[in-house]
Amino acid sequence: MALFIDVEVDQAVASDASLAAKLAEVCPVDIFAQKADGTLQINDDRLDECVLCQLCMNAAPQGSVRVIKLYDGNAVLGPV
Amino acid sequence: MSILIDADTTFLVQGITGREAVNLVRECLDYGAGAKIVGGVTPGRKGRDIHGVPVFDTVAQAVEHHGATIDGSVVTVPPAFTKDAVFEAIENGVKLVVIVTERIPRGDVAQMVELARERGARIIGPNCLGIIVPDVIKMGGIGGPARDAAKSYTPGAVGVISRSGGMTTEMSSTLTAAGLGQSTAVSIGGDAIIGSSYAELMPLFESDQQTEAIVIYTEPGGRMEAELARWVTERNSRLPIVAFMAGRFMDEMPGMSFGHAGTIVEGKEDTASEKIARLAEAGIVVAEEISTIPELVRERIAVSSGSTAG
Amino acid sequence: MRFFEYEAKEIVRKGGIPTSKGGFATTSEEARARAEEVAGAVVVKSQVLTGGRMKAGGVQFADTPQAAATHSEAILALAINGHDPRGVLVDERVAVKQEYYAGVVWDGIRKQPVMLFSDMGGIDIEEVAEKHPDHVGRGHFSTIHPFSEFQAKQVIAAVGLSGSELNRLVPIVTRLAKLFLRFDMTLAEINPLAQLEDGSFVAVDAHMEMENEARPRQQALLSELGVGDEETRQAREPTEFELAGEAVDAQDHRGVAGNVTEFDGNLGLVIGAGGGSLTLFDAVRAHGGRPANYCEIGGNPSVAKACGLAKLVLSKPGVDKIAVMMSIVSNTRVDIVARGVIKACIELGHDPAEKIAIFRIPGAWEEEGFKILERYGIEYADRSVSLHEAARRAVEKIQGAAATPPASA
Repeated sequence: MALFIDVEVDQAVASDASLAAKLAEVCPVDIFAQKADGTLQINDDRLDECVLCQLCMNAAPQGSVRVIKLYDGNAVLGPV
Repeated sequence: MSILIDADTTFLVQGITGREAVNLVRECLDYGAGAKIVGGVTPGRKGRDIHGVPVFDTVAQAVEHHGATIDGSVVTVPPAFTKDAVFEAIENGVKLVVIVTERIPRGDVAQMVELARERGARIIGPNCLGIIVPDVIKMGGIGGPARDAAKSYTPGAVGVISRSGGMTTEMSSTLTAAGLGQSTAVSIGGDAIIGSSYAELMPLFESDQQTEAIVIYTEPGGRMEAELARWVTERNSRLPIVAFMAGRFMDEMPGMSFGHAGTIVEGKEDTASEKIARLAEAGIVVAEEISTIPELVRERIAVSSGSTAG
Repeated sequence: MRFFEYEAKEIVRKGGIPTSKGGFATTSEEARARAEEVAGAVVVKSQVLTGGRMKAGGVQFADTPQAAATHSEAILALAINGHDPRGVLVDERVAVKQEYYAGVVWDGIRKQPVMLFSDMGGIDIEEVAEKHPDHVGRGHFSTIHPFSEFQAKQVIAAVGLSGSELNRLVPIVTRLAKLFLRFDMTLAEINPLAQLEDGSFVAVDAHMEMENEARPRQQALLSELGVGDEETRQAREPTEFELAGEAVDAQDHRGVAGNVTEFDGNLGLVIGAGGGSLTLFDAVRAHGGRPANYCEIGGNPSVAKACGLAKLVLSKPGVDKIAVMMSIVSNTRVDIVARGVIKACIELGHDPAEKIAIFRIPGAWEEEGFKILERYGIEYADRSVSLHEAARRAVEKIQGAAATPPASA
């Protein structure tokens, strides 16, 4: 169970194989991966490693990937 | 003024495409007036650029591209390749080499230092974070990102020399909070053999008019503090020195190394208590806590400027 | 890393320097065989990485193979200063005319290796240097220019030696200087270097230490000697707790959360970086605290690694609380370490606010880190609180906790 970070991804993005591949590639701490069918897999056990780099947010349409800080009243990480 | 570097210093980063080096380049470009990083070297990566700094395969190419001698180089290549990189820098006219890499065998360090001596170059490190002149320039990862470095370092009259990179910032931050700025802070590295010891940097601070006092961070292991004590006694230095000694607990544990490779206590002379005694004999104040350093520095500056006036 | 005497003598032989005959044995039967090979009087020496062998009874003389076997049986069972012997060295007893000393060490001030030679061998060279300085010759040598024999000759002649002694010693000291560099030694000593009745010289005992940082490139030598990667050869053997610390650090390659050393106190330390750890450990003790461990965090480790280290320290028997403290960080992130240590507490079923006596890590990403610490009600401090003050607060808290009887009673 992640204690500090949660990530929400819009269904349209999660089911888009090329966006899923992009998210898996940009995340420096392997929170994202691709399932066998090409859709997005979120690795729950990696969520707390998130370094708040926003690379995933920038890799997908604005607002479609949301990084949530559970320790900060569920604040959504804002764009730079 | 400052020692070793100033706003006009040009330098290279060898191993520029490594993860830590990329951060270091950003930090140095952002700090103060912005460092003049004129090139980077990573063999096989010619043609790339890192935050706008062109990457070359060789130092010679970087020098040619710059069209003039390059003053310095920050070396952040893996330990097995460091000696070659440093030789390359020195043989291409670089006069100031900051070696960030740690875990380099002493045999290699000795060779680099010897070549530097023969060519009139200077080495800082290995296993160091580099040099910072507050608000002007930093050469190396010292102090971290520009925004963080600005919190810890301010311009002023205290020269800082430290065997620990992190403690260079901790001590400078304590000085800054007490209203005492720094002229130049040098992280000299934590290894048993380093390019520039306290005593070797003292003459530079001695002839820097901005510097009025020196703060050093020391550890057990080696004879560098004895060398400093001797230097201070023989030269009758104008600069008061305040020292902080960490690792006193190691005196009970001969043969063990903590913190840095150079800290191993191999003989009676390199224990913390022996060093404290030697420094004190030479008139160097040894602070019990970091927080008392600013007050000690102020007292000593007052005494030394008083004696000059009288 | 230190070598055992039997390994050191093997290194001396590899350097082309003659040694007394003999061999290593791990059983009394092997010792008997080695003594038979020597075919004469032998000395049986315990192979331990500690001093005081002679005094402890770890060195015995034997005139027959049977006596060598008997002595080795006793020596193999004898721990010296808490060290169990690796085996015994069964060595020929040579007829010594005169004992000399030859050594090479690093001079960190000159930044060159220095040869030391004395005609007063068999005793500690530092003692000779102090009491009989005219009996010690010294000479630095280059690490980039080739070594030339005259350099050894000058050092030997400096103590007044001449004649065939001088000429026979020059190649030995030359070879010692060369092997020192070739094998990345930090100390290479032959003591005694014995002149036999026939005028020849042999190394009777040798002490060699290799730089840890050079182990990767000295793999050929180490594997020939049978030294495994797992052998740390520190001044004392690692404890289980320390080995577990190494495992935490090895779990991924991001940053450092290791260099764990075990102590017997009740305050667990999660501290960094190199110099900060030394300062903080001293500070805790200066305020009367009893650290349960030493460790170092640096280079921006992952949350998992910081968590693993904190869990290890929290699980150590006798640890009541941990103090999480570092000097101002510029690379390691405050928020990442905060997440790691909080996660460790929670996963072990503890309240982080109760278990973490203090969190004092200022620097990179501190705003984010402090938000996390506030959320869990942990006492934290920024750079305005000195390392010593943070240590004092941690010690005060743990002593308060120890003085208060359990609330459940």
